[in-house]
Amino acid sequence: MHPYARRWHQSLFLASLALISALALGAALMLWLGHNPAEAYRGLLQGSLGSAKGWAATARKMTPFILTGLSVAVAFKAGLFNIGAAGQFLMGAICAVWVGVNFEGAPAAWHLSGALLAGLGGGLVWGAIPGLLKASTGAHEVITTIMLNYVAALFTGWTVYAGSTQRNVAPGPLWDPAAQAISESRNVLASAHLPWLFGPPYRVHYGIVLAFAAALGMWWLMEKTTVGFEIKTVGQKPGAARYAGMRVGWTTALAMGLAGSLAGLAGAVETLGLNHKFAPAFGGGVGFDGITIALLGQTHPLGIIVASFLFGALDAGASRMQFESGVSADIIQIIQAIVLICVAAPRLFAWLWRPGPSVRWTGA
Amino acid sequence: MSASVLTRTTSWFAIALSALLLSCAFLVQFTGLGDFPWMRLLFGPSALNFTLRAAVPLILGAMSGILCERSGIVNIGIEGMMLAGAFAAFVAKTGTNQWPLAHSLLFSTGVTLLAGAAMGFLHAALAIRFRMDQIISGTAIILLAQGITAYFFDRDAVAEGKFGPAALPGLADLPVVGPLLFAKPPLTYAALALTFLLAFALARTRWGLRTRAVGEHPRAADTMGVNVLRLRYLNVTLGGAVAGLGGGFLVLEAVGQFQEGMTAGRGFIALAAVIFGNWHPFGALGAALLFGYAQAIQNELLLAQISTLPRQFISMLPYLVTLAAVSGLVGRVRPPAAAGQPYATEENVA
Repeated sequence: MHPYARRWHQSLFLASLALISALALGAALMLWLGHNPAEAYRGLLQGSLGSAKGWAATARKMTPFILTGLSVAVAFKAGLFNIGAAGQFLMGAICAVWVGVNFEGAPAAWHLSGALLAGLGGGLVWGAIPGLLKASTGAHEVITTIMLNYVAALFTGWTVYAGSTQRNVAPGPLWDPAAQAISESRNVLASAHLPWLFGPPYRVHYGIVLAFAAALGMWWLMEKTTVGFEIKTVGQKPGAARYAGMRVGWTTALAMGLAGSLAGLAGAVETLGLNHKFAPAFGGGVGFDGITIALLGQTHPLGIIVASFLFGALDAGASRMQFESGVSADIIQIIQAIVLICVAAPRLFAWLWRPGPSVRWTGA
Repeated sequence: MSASVLTRTTSWFAIALSALLLSCAFLVQFTGLGDFPWMRLLFGPSALNFTLRAAVPLILGAMSGILCERSGIVNIGIEGMMLAGAFAAFVAKTGTNQWPLAHSLLFSTGVTLLAGAAMGFLHAALAIRFRMDQIISGTAIILLAQGITAYFFDRDAVAEGKFGPAALPGLADLPVVGPLLFAKPPLTYAALALTFLLAFALARTRWGLRTRAVGEHPRAADTMGVNVLRLRYLNVTLGGAVAGLGGGFLVLEAVGQFQEGMTAGRGFIALAAVIFGNWHPFGALGAALLFGYAQAIQNELLLAQISTLPRQFISMLPYLVTLAAVSGLVGRVRPPAAAGQPYATEENVA
């Protein structure tokens, strides 16, 4: 909930005001750089929400945002900083691909759910390791998750590695011989493909439905169950949690495992739904995106969906904007930073829009 | 908290690691041990030089983190400050290519420090004046730096020349340690000197005492007449400058050019070094050296091609070593008590 708001509609109002401030600042920046902001924003809107294809692109971009955002958020709730969503995403992706390329002839329903579960499990393990290390040795999760990101990138890179005949290094187990010198995996069998939601031309897969379901599940878990209550208590007052008889170490591991499975699921749906194979460096900055989205959505599932929609639309419209107005798509990242600052620093835009010294939108 | 320059076990870990590496280097150079290729690979001059080179940006990033966090402001944005510093160094260097090399490099170093300081000041303003969540403002700093550097990067620009080694007279002639430590380019000296300076200043100066007080118990420090907000502004701005220098090192001393996203996660590894080192300069130095050393070994193994193991497994070494070290050696660490909590006075209540 927004610091200045008492009710959800006030929160929404303040967030919209923050967004408008950010877009105004972005427009000022473009003017200063000698561009026409009206043209740029028109292109941005056309590319993201101006057509069915635009909406589809937005939905496609926001799917991993929601899942990795939830992943970082669930760790935040337990007082943990999950910088490891990138590694968990990769492990989820590679486990899903492993199931997806094997088991030929399996019934589609079983094959697909098996691959999704494998992705979930891969992320779960990769997230639970830092949780267990923290619970048992006190190793700080910021260090361990960063290190595990690199390990995951290298490990998944190896599984699809083309090998080297010259130095007598064997290729990785998932490498596609048909790709020859290129390091990438075999194609996921059709029986493990996540189906398209509105037919192939729109390229929106069922991952978006899973992402919404995960958000709903996270809300239910956090607000309606004992486990969620324990996670929040451990996050806010570990001493009180221990005094109340909660198993702090176990809850820590559980929260990290949950975080990992959400990021792993993101990796699984992206490979099974969209790419249908794995190549090294897959996912790019997905872990950092998760942090940004979780913070922008203030770790609330609904906030995360709204934040994902916003950043998804900005990303989806960026290339159209560049095409229509000549403003480099790289400016989107600057605008996203300004959005984050405006949403998270209510005092900043209170100061920006100050009509007098006593600006307070606390409402009646 | 005691006011010794060398507290906390991790500082001793740094000293032990350096001593071990140096004594092995002596043995390899002067005894029959040097006949074993494995020993030369592990402790030869090539590995140890690489260690320091890989460690310098991490050391500078970690000092930035310590400057900020010991005064109570969490700095997750080291990566962004480094990137901004690297980019500023590149822009300054390409703009002054026609100047004499030394002038151009010094000017670029100055610009790097300023750009980093500007990012630090922005972080400070958001965290202190506008009492924004410090993790969010750090994240915003990274996003902003990535966006700005990608937007303004001119892919055709070329920086000409970089800092070369400057041997310290006398010291550089010492066996083993001379070429290893005293025949380095200037920013490497700066990073090492800064570590010692910061360790001393934190423990023994008025500024250091105030910084630690503000990081542990700002209310008490305030009561004793310390200007909490001003000190935090100062430290975070300085921290930004130091992180900027870490990025500048990459452009002005190590690589010589800028690439998009060239800091490549070093800011996050520096953050890990701060925590690993228990928020102490020497502890962080040890962590940075350990990480640099593991990377050097990985590099030597790859170059020597003595293994048919896929290179990915060899490259995992630095990360696995760090994981093992942080779970076994270090155990529980304790951040400054007030890190991350905004401090409200009459001045910054909007």
